[in-house]
Amino acid sequence: MTAATRPATFAVLASRLRLDEKRILEAFERRGLTYEHVDTRTLWRGLQEGGTPWPVVLNREIGQVRALHAARALEAGGALVVNSAQAVDMCGDKYRTSVALRDAGLPTPRTALALTPEAALDALDSLGYPAVVKPLTGSWGRLVSKLPDRETAATVLEYIAALPSPASHIVYVQELVAKPDRDIRVVVIGGEPVGATYRRCQDFRTNVARGADSVRCPLTAEIAKLASQAALSVGADIAGVDLIEDSSGELLVLEVNHGVEFSGFQRAMGSEISVADHIIDHLVARAQSCFG
Amino acid sequence: MVICPECESSVALAEAPKVSEIVECGGCSVELEVLTVDPVQVVLAPEVEEDWGE
Repeated sequence: MTAATRPATFAVLASRLRLDEKRILEAFERRGLTYEHVDTRTLWRGLQEGGTPWPVVLNREIGQVRALHAARALEAGGALVVNSAQAVDMCGDKYRTSVALRDAGLPTPRTALALTPEAALDALDSLGYPAVVKPLTGSWGRLVSKLPDRETAATVLEYIAALPSPASHIVYVQELVAKPDRDIRVVVIGGEPVGATYRRCQDFRTNVARGADSVRCPLTAEIAKLASQAALSVGADIAGVDLIEDSSGELLVLEVNHGVEFSGFQRAMGSEISVADHIIDHLVARAQSCFG
Repeated sequence: MVICPECESSVALAEAPKVSEIVECGGCSVELEVLTVDPVQVVLAPEVEEDWGE
């Protein structure tokens, strides 16, 4: 906490202080704003007591389950949590995200949800090959598998069927869009796109966590509009929107991330844009609009 | 400077380390978590969990 004698207006919820979180804490300190870093692993809230020690909480918890439940517990006490439990819940579920994007009329790859691995094979027959199977929850491209043909799909689905958790047997499949070896990451804060990067990788999974490099991408009006609409559709104040270009150059929304990792984005943007400062600006604005 | 609990290499920290900060040991590449800052103590950082990510 920067000023131990005053109660902090802001809390930063994180069990792991990575470069991104350190940049955010430094931005708080530069501005002389009081904040408290709360290690999510130490958090508990009594329901009957009510109230919250921190009016505004920035949710930077790396674990999806803890991020969601921490947001719920803090919101139950009256805190403004950014991103909200609703947004964390929505973005943490690829199918719910796909439904929200479709309902908002945004272009997305053709997608199906199958209730068993056996049904997924039928869904894939309908979608066609090549396709992709993804865990419903999960990040960093983990367990996302390319399915070039039915034989490969049957094998991968056999492995999925052998997983112990019933939740793992709900299968999310999607057409594999013939895209260039890159996607576009747009960081949206408070509805405003702050910039865009191409993420390039030999792997079809263009996650920075998988070694993709980030270079600046022109923030065209089309990219900006699509990204801000995608963030709005899932209710995320702070969002990392992933777009892909199909073979005709049309943009599709692939997913929306609520716990935006921005080290690669920041490196590509240099000193021109400070994501951490944009986040603080947004928190201050939300605090003023909610609490005066 | 702290000693890596895994390989006993000396690990340099930021001037003002923060609790929960992650540093990498140059000797064995293991991730360390700052447990306390006064005095500075580090432990092996938790392994990546299945639901970690963005």
